[in-house]
Amino acid sequence: MKQPPGSLARYTTMARLNHWITAGCLILLALSGMALFHPALFFLTNLFGGGAYTRAIHPWFGTVLLASFALLFIRFVRHNLWERDDTRWVGAIRHVLANDEEHAPEVGRYNAGQKLVFWSMTLLILVLFASGMVIWDVYFFPYTTIHLKRVAQLLHSLAAVLIIGIWIVHVYAALWVRGTVQAMTRGSVSAGWSWRHHRRWLRETARERGPTKAA
Amino acid sequence: MADFQSLDVVRRSASTEIPPQVRVQPEIAKLIDVSRCIGCKACQAACMEWNDLRQDVGYFEGSYDNPADLSPATWTLMRFTEWEDPKGDLEWLIRKDGCMHCADPGCLEACPSPGAIVQYANGIVDFVSENCIGCGYCIKGCPFNIPRLSQADQKVYKCTLCSDRVAVGQEPACAKACPTGAIVFGTKSDMTAWAGERIDDLKSRGFDQAGLYDPAGVGGTHVMYVLHHADKPSIYAGLPDNPQISRLVQAWKGMMKPIAMAGLAFTAVVGFMHWMVAGPNEVQPEDEEHGRKVLDEKQE
Repeated sequence: MKQPPGSLARYTTMARLNHWITAGCLILLALSGMALFHPALFFLTNLFGGGAYTRAIHPWFGTVLLASFALLFIRFVRHNLWERDDTRWVGAIRHVLANDEEHAPEVGRYNAGQKLVFWSMTLLILVLFASGMVIWDVYFFPYTTIHLKRVAQLLHSLAAVLIIGIWIVHVYAALWVRGTVQAMTRGSVSAGWSWRHHRRWLRETARERGPTKAA
Repeated sequence: MADFQSLDVVRRSASTEIPPQVRVQPEIAKLIDVSRCIGCKACQAACMEWNDLRQDVGYFEGSYDNPADLSPATWTLMRFTEWEDPKGDLEWLIRKDGCMHCADPGCLEACPSPGAIVQYANGIVDFVSENCIGCGYCIKGCPFNIPRLSQADQKVYKCTLCSDRVAVGQEPACAKACPTGAIVFGTKSDMTAWAGERIDDLKSRGFDQAGLYDPAGVGGTHVMYVLHHADKPSIYAGLPDNPQISRLVQAWKGMMKPIAMAGLAFTAVVGFMHWMVAGPNEVQPEDEEHGRKVLDEKQE
């Protein structure tokens, strides 16, 4: 894909595909899961061909998501390790929320908020998959007790609500910080965006590879 | 939309509609007098016959229980227990297991599919299989471990208390077949009164702890037992001493639903409000200048 002049490559084509497969699964999981969570949302089962189909396909979306997210994890984990500056960045969060990042520490490839989203997603997906297996009665009913299934069911719904909350934060942040969505659609960001939000990453990228190659 | 009126449905799973309440029907109950049961399994045979169910032939598992457990094709099962009483005497306890038709049914509470589980005005809790999606939530909701998921059609089955027979004024097949009168059927008040007579009789014959099993934790049941040892229900093949819907299920199906929905709506609203207050975080022309400078410097 041709990138706008003077832009920096941020996500490779494979990374973007990987991200959007994961994102698609998460949305399908949220829709089918909420349909079975709240009677008022049961109508969402119509999107999947009815209640029984929704029940049957939901865990398979989860399986694809787990595989897809695992690749995403391998791809991004080294950029998401917590650093001392991240704690300072969290301390300056009110400046960040007020669109004034000059008063927060310079940010590398990811800021602390993005790292928290990454690690929350990782943890919650693991909890969701493990608890989901326990209540995937078609295949795994005989292997656990009913008591454990009740625990898993509650845990699964709690984790699901949390991950949908994290998802709202993730999407809102991408929309709020203008120029961000382009990173995941076209793969590139502008030099100004990088200076404003990820200054350390801009310097490192400029130093290491020049402006137009993918990270 | 469910046909509440003609079926006298008073509760319907995963539904917010309020069924008509004007018409009052007497509550029915099946009373199983464990002290009169001889373990002949006529009730099991009658249940298979009436409901047209055939359990696959299984394996001998060292007890009289046959088949070994409830299943999608076994809606009632005699469970045999050899119990040594405090005097050292052997007592053979035989309990006909099956759905208890709770007044507060955990299965109905847990079910996510509108109208897959209904409760009729007479107290019968029935699975409407065409609406069943096979999620198994009812299995987690049930305090008595009754519903069974079928691998044939991924639907859940259990005793219907012969709702089809009761609807036309007949007693359940098991009660009809019982040769000793251990299973009797009628209005709940009649059955409670009859149980009282039976309990008096048992007490007069040395069973001091004889009593009626109609557990309050689930609002009472529409299948009740006369037990000679009502102080220890669990000796009867694990009949729960104090059954109630698991707190885990109550949390998940109770507070959790509104709190979760409100929490997610709140998160989205906070995002919107933040946008209204702080506005978008936009790249300024000077950012672009600085950014380009960094790139150009490093390029040289």
